Amino acid sequence: MASKNIAAILSLVISTSVMAETVEVGQKDKKFTQDSLDIKVGDTVKFTNNDAFFHNVFSLSDAEMFDLGSYPKGESRDVTFTTPGEVEVECAIHPEMKMTINVQE
Amino acid sequence: MSIARIAKPTITTSVLVSAFMFGLTPAQADEHYVFEAGHTSLQEWLMPEVPYPDNNKPNAERVDLGKMLFFDPRLSGDGNMSCATCHSPLFGWSDGLPTAKGFKSKVLGRASPTVTNSAYNSLQMWDGRKKSLEDQALGPMLSSAEMNVDLSMAINFLKGNSTYVQAFEKAYPGQGIKDETLAMAIASFERTVISNNSPFDRWIKGDKTAMNKQQVNGFKLFVDPEKGNCAVCHSAPNFSDSGFHNIGLKSWGQENPDMGRYAIKPINLMKGAFKTPTLRDITLTAPYFHDGSAMTLSDVMDHYETGGSVQTNLSPNMKKLTLTQTEKADLVEFMKALTSPQKPFVLPILPENAF
Repeated sequence: MASKNIAAILSLVISTSVMAETVEVGQKDKKFTQDSLDIKVGDTVKFTNNDAFFHNVFSLSDAEMFDLGSYPKGESRDVTFTTPGEVEVECAIHPEMKMTINVQE
Repeated sequence: MSIARIAKPTITTSVLVSAFMFGLTPAQADEHYVFEAGHTSLQEWLMPEVPYPDNNKPNAERVDLGKMLFFDPRLSGDGNMSCATCHSPLFGWSDGLPTAKGFKSKVLGRASPTVTNSAYNSLQMWDGRKKSLEDQALGPMLSSAEMNVDLSMAINFLKGNSTYVQAFEKAYPGQGIKDETLAMAIASFERTVISNNSPFDRWIKGDKTAMNKQQVNGFKLFVDPEKGNCAVCHSAPNFSDSGFHNIGLKSWGQENPDMGRYAIKPINLMKGAFKTPTLRDITLTAPYFHDGSAMTLSDVMDHYETGGSVQTNLSPNMKKLTLTQTEKADLVEFMKALTSPQKPFVLPILPENAF
């Protein structure tokens, strides 16, 4: 019985993990390539700088606070979102760059 | 389109992310200009129409009212300062001082930014704490360090002056004299302070004679990331990315330095960062930098050549430059081509005192 339960839990864990996604959002021409994005808890967003100069990515939203520092063209930084809610994402260097990530249960 | 969804087991994140990165082929963002007068590749440098908010479309009545208000010292605590005290047409809509002088001539910490082309700024003030010209207009009046006026008394003064009452009614019919209409009128006037007819503009439009060979070479150096590296921040069309950068001035290395944008956005990168100013009409607005530490454009070039005097928290877009004396001179000559022809400015006749 115990082994059956463990198998069921393992199965659940594996199926849940298979559903997790990585979504890429670019930074191009001083804009995020998405104005808004819907993801699920556990998903990861990869922020890739496609401009010829440095960008930053940060959020001061309650649902997910992070500061990815600055990085040049071709480099990426990942954030895994663990809390449901609306997350405002910005570039500190270029404040016109903004997007919203809706993290759903 | 650089958005992609990849279903993956979270346990193998690092492997898949690495594979994804190697497969990534971001489009080239480098711009390739053809340095010929009027060439299509350069047209992004032309100023667009002046933007304005939906609820404050400029018209003659609003601009005329705003012009009177902008120059009226009766809107200050001591009755001797107006917006034009620090933003004077005599000094390219700045004040010619290293840093501003406020109430009782107190020396303030930052230079007076020019009004010229501020209509195009997405954020106002050196630290970007104001979102629009309307939002900014009353800030200096309310500041005890600047114009230091009791705004309710200023509004009462305007309401008691028949000329202003009529002017407000023509400009904003039925809206009355209040904080909002006062700010909207001043912003409407500021949107008329525009520089878009410099030798550089005329050259971009196709006038081969508008810039000389030295200035064209200076423009090439200006946009070349391996030379001047200027356009990385002073970008088209207003020679500003509307962004915030710590450029490593000596004042940043002092005790308790001005934290700049960090006070508004507490992100480490913003410590000591200030908004990129426009370079249009730059010859009229010396001294330069937010702390007024560069007296000439050559001084500015000397600073950037070092890559920053103080390296702590330096903007990642800053780098040490390798320029010959000739190249530095060419860059300065190019910046001189960014000033529009100046016309005599007609001051307003202010409404009479009513005692």
